[in-house]
Amino acid sequence: MQLIKGGRIVADGFVRVADDAPVPNRMPVIVSAARFLAEAETLARRTAPTGVVWPNDRRVAELDPYLPSLALVALVFPTFRDGRAFSQARLIRERYGFRGELRATGQVLRDQFLFMLRAGFDAFEVTKDADAAAFAQAARRYSVFYQPTGDGRATARAARARRDSLASGSLL
Amino acid sequence: MYVHDAFDRRLITERVEEFRDQVRRRLSGELTEDEFKLLRLLNGVYLQLHAYMLRIGIPYGTLSSAQLRMLAHVARRYDRGYGHFTTRQNIQFHWIKLEDLPDAMAELARVGLHGIQTSGNSVRNVTTDQWAGVAPDEIEDPRVWAELVRQHVTLHPEFTFMPRKFKIAVGTAAHDRAALRIHDLALQLYRNEAGETGFEVMVGGGLGRTPFLTKTIKQFLPKRDVLSYVEAVLRVYNQYGRRDNIYKARIKILVHELGAEAFAREVEQEWLSIKDGALALDDAAIAEIAARFRYPAYERLADDPIELKKPRATDRRFDTWHRNAVARHRIPGYAIVTLSLKAEGETPGDATAAQMDAIADLADRYSAGEIRVGHEQNLVLPHVRQQDLHVLWRALDAAGVATPNLGLVSDIIACPGLDYCSLANARSIPIAQELTRRFRDGDLARDLGRLHINISGCINACGHHHVGHIGILGVEKNGEEYYQVTIGGRADEEAELGKLIGPAVPYGEVANVVEDIVAAYVELRERPGEIFIDTLKRVGIEPFKERVHATH
Amino acid sequence: MTSPLQQKIKVTGPVVVTANRLTDGAVIYRATNGQWTTELPGAAVVTTSDAAMALLAAARTDAVRVVDVYVAPVVLADGKARPGNLRERIRAGGPTIRLPAPADARSVHVCA
Repeated sequence: MQLIKGGRIVADGFVRVADDAPVPNRMPVIVSAARFLAEAETLARRTAPTGVVWPNDRRVAELDPYLPSLALVALVFPTFRDGRAFSQARLIRERYGFRGELRATGQVLRDQFLFMLRAGFDAFEVTKDADAAAFAQAARRYSVFYQPTGDGRATARAARARRDSLASGSLL
Repeated sequence: MYVHDAFDRRLITERVEEFRDQVRRRLSGELTEDEFKLLRLLNGVYLQLHAYMLRIGIPYGTLSSAQLRMLAHVARRYDRGYGHFTTRQNIQFHWIKLEDLPDAMAELARVGLHGIQTSGNSVRNVTTDQWAGVAPDEIEDPRVWAELVRQHVTLHPEFTFMPRKFKIAVGTAAHDRAALRIHDLALQLYRNEAGETGFEVMVGGGLGRTPFLTKTIKQFLPKRDVLSYVEAVLRVYNQYGRRDNIYKARIKILVHELGAEAFAREVEQEWLSIKDGALALDDAAIAEIAARFRYPAYERLADDPIELKKPRATDRRFDTWHRNAVARHRIPGYAIVTLSLKAEGETPGDATAAQMDAIADLADRYSAGEIRVGHEQNLVLPHVRQQDLHVLWRALDAAGVATPNLGLVSDIIACPGLDYCSLANARSIPIAQELTRRFRDGDLARDLGRLHINISGCINACGHHHVGHIGILGVEKNGEEYYQVTIGGRADEEAELGKLIGPAVPYGEVANVVEDIVAAYVELRERPGEIFIDTLKRVGIEPFKERVHATH
Repeated sequence: MTSPLQQKIKVTGPVVVTANRLTDGAVIYRATNGQWTTELPGAAVVTTSDAAMALLAAARTDAVRVVDVYVAPVVLADGKARPGNLRERIRAGGPTIRLPAPADARSVHVCA
């Protein structure tokens, strides 16, 4: 399993802690949603970064109050067919304004990387080494996007407006 | 028709390159079939009984002559010389090789055609009335809205891995020619009492194992809010649609299980958060898309010119065809011409490459280069001058697409069925062909009047049998082909699901049962002008059951 | 929960293992020599569940060349395998309807 962040393969700075194991004090950790909610106050007092794995069948609105204290949210694709986390990602980024690491975990195909980037993911746990190596290429696969998301990529509409105003000689 | 620009073209080209790479990775074993299947379906590539099938999307059923010629070329070069037009205004090629697909797609991309999202659990082809833009009874061209929605849902990062497929239809005329009520989402434009135009939004239609008609969840949606509202519906569906059972995964099940009102509230709540954001449509955004739809420079002509009147009076065959295949156009002196792909003994909806080329030429000469595909699996030439109708008819007749049976008993809608499809239980095409032979008599067919027969080879209902006046569904019983027959279905604004007329019958009996139903109708009708569906509504199903049961 | 790959297949008569060729989707049958053939008479025929399972397992290792591998019934006529049901008849023999032949495609001549 490789972790991609910032478009490159990197070492994972976070440690996954099992529900029945003690949470180490000075390390970045990822805990399960159940544990996080049960121990929210204690975890909030940590100085080291805290992350949570949020299941794809729970409303992310539940997580909203805790986002300021979270460094990382990991969302889950139980199979590559199950796209619920795409909606969750957009809500976490665009509705609730989360700025920390948004990590895609589970079954992830390289053919989904660009969709995930557009939905707001910035980190990816990738099972196939070949997929990890191909990340940069996958992220550049398309240059035209019809619909806006929170990722800041220009839509076709904006590109058209720019082309038309350039053609007409006027400034934007 | 919609004019693609460089951005539209580039997106399609990038898609072809992505698929080429995916095929390479599958052939090398890097991708498992399970992974590849999901990816190829998103490009309309199915594996069927004998070969791969490629489904090409025809957005809102509009084709240019150049596009139709390219389809003919693909049929010849990569397939077996023909294509099949479907009940969702698309076209299918049944003999495609996987290794040829990237090249075939590259050629199609040159004219702006592709198979993006024609399958898979994504938003499918946005369909509409095949008379869009030229029908006298529409408020405005529905294709502008279909195109706005199409762009929004194409390669949408959030809605490409949904619980199941999602089909959207748009209508702007009171008479529904696009079967809105069997769609997952339908947008019906209308004018309210205040004189404003907006959309009635309906959700939860769909056929298959558990057929449902749509329910209205928003009575009046202003135009500016169309994209944000569609987004809200999709987001609620993506998150809460069932994923545990493939047969309960469509939005119709979610709407049914939550209740339409609760579902509407979920959507409304989501929508309120986004309605004034980036998806709000201003007049400029709408105008921009509308401007890319080009209409012919219509001449100022009078209705019923001598070039039409005279042959109608002297050429009986022409007049018969004219009464059946020519519809009123919103512009005086023009006509909407429907081409029948339901010739006797032929496969419903199939056209040969030569026919496609011939039709493309005729479109250039007589229809401003434009062709339409209807969900009834027939084609349309939408901009024909009435003075050209006789000359056009002779050419259509020579091409085998002028059978005057549109809307009649032999204008059968049928899926490919077990002859092609790996999902099927039974064959559908031979049943359709036999019925066209039983009802080959044009005078009889005209006497029977409007009568829609729909045939599906399995419960997936691609032939829309639930909404046929007579519906035929192939099932399997003890390894034999059996068929359930229903009557009373309708796909229009008074949509209904058909009801069983009796126990399933074997393959050899189906045509007999249909003849008996027709005979019962003739006996029961008030007068010749009362069509089948109205007679059924008046007398109910019991008299039909009695008469059909008596002989089976 | 038994994986479909381990499920016992009920064999009540002669069967073959069949699939579709990856490159072009053509119907193929597992032959006795571990290869694949497009001709049903050339297919390996087995008559017991164990033999069918073994043939299936071996065939499934060929995932780079073949898709949708499964066990299909046949009937024996003169010792040669013939399709054992309608679906297999159609897979082996093609659609039961006349296809619009290339000849049709060339014969349409339109003058207007």
